[in-house]
Amino acid sequence: MTLDVVAFWGLAILLIGSALAVVLTKNLFHSVLWLALTLTAVAGIFLSLDAEFLAAVQLLLYAGGVITIVVFAIVVTERLVGERITQVSRRLLTGVILAGALLVALLRFLRGAELPVERPVVAVDVTRVLGQVLMTEFVLPFELLAVLLLIGLLGALYFARPED
Amino acid sequence: MSLNEYLALAAVLFAIGFFGVMTRRNTVGILLGIELMLNAVNINLVAFARYNADIVGMIFTAFTIPITVAEVALGLAIVILMFRMRRTAVADHLDILKG
Repeated sequence: MTLDVVAFWGLAILLIGSALAVVLTKNLFHSVLWLALTLTAVAGIFLSLDAEFLAAVQLLLYAGGVITIVVFAIVVTERLVGERITQVSRRLLTGVILAGALLVALLRFLRGAELPVERPVVAVDVTRVLGQVLMTEFVLPFELLAVLLLIGLLGALYFARPED
Repeated sequence: MSLNEYLALAAVLFAIGFFGVMTRRNTVGILLGIELMLNAVNINLVAFARYNADIVGMIFTAFTIPITVAEVALGLAIVILMFRMRRTAVADHLDILKG
């Protein structure tokens, strides 16, 4: 057992456990807090795959940004409705059967697939190469992404504007 | 660790998110399930990029994460708007488009 293997299985248990808590918890607010743990575990998985920059992005944008937005939305909507934020789930059995069937199909496919077992050695600094490729080969999608974020911002403002 | 184990982990996460999307009644809960599924996809992209020593997969992830954030912001804005109009967050009650 090397450190890699221990880290992977530790993160995997944390990830799956907290993801199950997200979909099974009754209280919506607790659900969001579990999601924060899940997203942090995904950042850990990115770290174990030598993607330090993406791990940082994951923590800043997801665990920081998304959680804040969702908590804000829950607080606002709870005030509007004025009742407890418990949620009931429906058709649990159908959900288990369909999700289980999907999982079995995916895992069966993975078992038969020819995939690389060893990871190749990468001598270069991944973050540096990422930045260089992003600013040369992928500069047009990068700029389009900026436009998309602006449109998203304006759209969210338009939808959530105060009633006049 | 082989690529297979990372993909299997992502498959489990995707199935859990799928389960959440199907069983939750609250629209915010459904959005959280979609988040889980998107994260599973991101794990797949980064794992493929690492095991094939190809940076493009990581570039793709660097694009999908901000797009997801924009999606969540818009989705929650729509949820807040629906609250104003219908006073409910339960997806089953939003049936004004029913013919």
